[in-house]
Amino acid sequence: MEMKKPIIKSIPYEEFKDNETLEALIKEINKERTNVVVGALDDLINWGRSNSLWSLTFATSCCGIEFMSVGAARYDFARFGFEVTRNSPRQADLIMVAGTITHKMAPVLKRLYDQMAEPKYVIAVGGCAISGGPFKGSYHVLNGVDKIIPVDVYIPGCPPRPEAILYGMMQLQRKVKIEKFFGGVNHKQKKEEQTDNYPLVITNVPQEITDKTEKEQ
Amino acid sequence: MNTTFIPLNEFRSQMETLRRDKGMDFLRDMIGMDWGEDGLGVIYLLENSATKENISVATRTTDRVAPAIPTVSDLWKIANIYEREVFDFFGIIFNGHPNLRRLFLRNDWVGYPLRKDYDESEAVNPVRMYSENNQNDCTYTLAEDGTIKQIPDTLFDNNEYVINIGPQHPATHGVLRFRLSLEGEFINKVDIHCGYIHRGIEKISEKYPYPQILALTDRLDYLSAHQNRHALCMCIEKAMGLEVTERTQYIRTIMDELQRIDSHLLFISCAAMDLGALTTFIYGFRDREKLLDIMEEVTGGRLIQNYNVIGGVQADITPGFAEKVKTFCKDILNKLNEYNDVFTNNIITRKRMLGIGVLSTEDVISYGCTGGTGRASGWSCDVRKRHPYALYDKVDFKEIIYNNGDCYDRFLVRIDEIKESVRIIEQLIDSIPEGEYKVKTKPIIRIPEGSYHAAVEGSRGEFGVFIESKGDKSPYRIKFRPMGLPLIASMETMLKGNKIADLMAIGATLDYVIPDIDR
Repeated sequence: MEMKKPIIKSIPYEEFKDNETLEALIKEINKERTNVVVGALDDLINWGRSNSLWSLTFATSCCGIEFMSVGAARYDFARFGFEVTRNSPRQADLIMVAGTITHKMAPVLKRLYDQMAEPKYVIAVGGCAISGGPFKGSYHVLNGVDKIIPVDVYIPGCPPRPEAILYGMMQLQRKVKIEKFFGGVNHKQKKEEQTDNYPLVITNVPQEITDKTEKEQ
Repeated sequence: MNTTFIPLNEFRSQMETLRRDKGMDFLRDMIGMDWGEDGLGVIYLLENSATKENISVATRTTDRVAPAIPTVSDLWKIANIYEREVFDFFGIIFNGHPNLRRLFLRNDWVGYPLRKDYDESEAVNPVRMYSENNQNDCTYTLAEDGTIKQIPDTLFDNNEYVINIGPQHPATHGVLRFRLSLEGEFINKVDIHCGYIHRGIEKISEKYPYPQILALTDRLDYLSAHQNRHALCMCIEKAMGLEVTERTQYIRTIMDELQRIDSHLLFISCAAMDLGALTTFIYGFRDREKLLDIMEEVTGGRLIQNYNVIGGVQADITPGFAEKVKTFCKDILNKLNEYNDVFTNNIITRKRMLGIGVLSTEDVISYGCTGGTGRASGWSCDVRKRHPYALYDKVDFKEIIYNNGDCYDRFLVRIDEIKESVRIIEQLIDSIPEGEYKVKTKPIIRIPEGSYHAAVEGSRGEFGVFIESKGDKSPYRIKFRPMGLPLIASMETMLKGNKIADLMAIGATLDYVIPDIDR
């Protein structure tokens, strides 16, 4: 069974930009034949996933306000199934990096990404998240989040309009639609990509305990 | 701006005289400076809150290896956090400061970025992907033999129960981090970590020509984008001796007030959402969109508008502007009643806000909490009244002052300020004079040598710009007074003895914007 073109209800397929990338992906997936039953299940799972993308509320600066606007009355992303925002990375499907990522924030962002459950997606919202934007020349700004985590969709703008954010989310929906549940998703974080060397810092340890552990060692 | 230099040995006694005898109780800003061969130093902008008299004093030391200046953190409470900022950027040690450590940058950062000889290369400070250790505190004191001694100190002792809130937390409005020591449900001690969105705007500005710096100010506090940019334009125009036209002044004043309404609407929405009232959030954003439509038509931008330029504004107002603004103003006054019905007079809101997070008038002045927070505690701190600029001396408006200083008053101040902003706009909108909206300037803008300061009333306090120029096309040093830094500094006083759930109410009503704090 072949993977079909990713069609979503909101916008006709032809009106989307960058269809070529998706078609190339489909071609690659279709190199291996899939069982009819498994293929049908794939379709069902992808349909479900793409229509209930839960995002992590992660905003560092200006773009976060536009993200709030998308959630509010006029733009209302509940129409597309994005309305559930989660405050814990464990429950989120995607992380919207809205705003500048600085040197001090970079390890925190990586940790949030590592904590998310598979499948997970990243959207870089705004110039700062894409390339550093107006603060590119700064000593304390990370020039693009793709240096530390893989990005699925880039939404340019400073900040992007709410319509642009919706369009970016729809592009992600289409990307979610062409995935194989049985046999791996398009991208999966490998063990070596994770930062496991988070030193567990415990402060305020009573002196007796530190003495005791030192003796034992 | 005239700055009086005080020699280092007399500095401490002179500052005490200024604070105690001259009544300079408001430390407006503290500007760290690197004068190159003349050494490192600090400029203090002081104000007498009763007489509104301004003074600026400075001191400096030629020692670049271990520069030391006596602390003033016991005279002004806000100096505690300002001195940490100066230490972070310039490496100046403040003798006698209770816990001097970095404020914005990581504690393993190499070098002091705002010094002129700072090495910016990637090799010195690469992106470190490991978590930083919690900083230990230390105090620096001048020993008798003239050397500086570092005395280590711990902020939280072994028996305290410490929890961590942020940097990724929905109630912190961005990326702010608190470490709280708890006694049951009550907060004992607070330690605030900033810098998760420190973008080094002041350092980049030293490389950019003046018209390019303008774009960065919008992104400081994006909810007072117009006011921020107005301040910088005003400061540059003052320095150049450029007079803007009457029409520009009208447009700038109206846009400032529209921006204030925009910010306060967002404040109401977000404060409500933090306390769990989602309806008010939807209502607030619904009305804010109407305002954004007007802004977008005139400026071309929704949130960040890049509208003010040196000598005027980017583009003229559109033909239907006045009509639309008038319709909006009429509309918003009705909508305020709706918010009051749904949220302000709600029993749950009152229970969560009344008497919570009280700040006294003395504390507010000592911390320098301007804006709505200051006025809710009975301090008349509105820059529009204190040092009128643009057209604020010609329009009739009331400075909203409440006296309880709790969360509820801080909330009410904002609601009433929307009404006053509408009044200001209604007085101006019909009489916008004809004329040029922009004065022609030279393509390359240079500022004569000297130091300049300008301040405006931003959406959440006094926003000040300080420029030191050497006659070049980019500034030698530029400093923005953050509106939010005093607010979060004062949280220590407010949170002590309150419950942890009150942190949300207090944080929400303080209405801070993190990129403005971290710059």
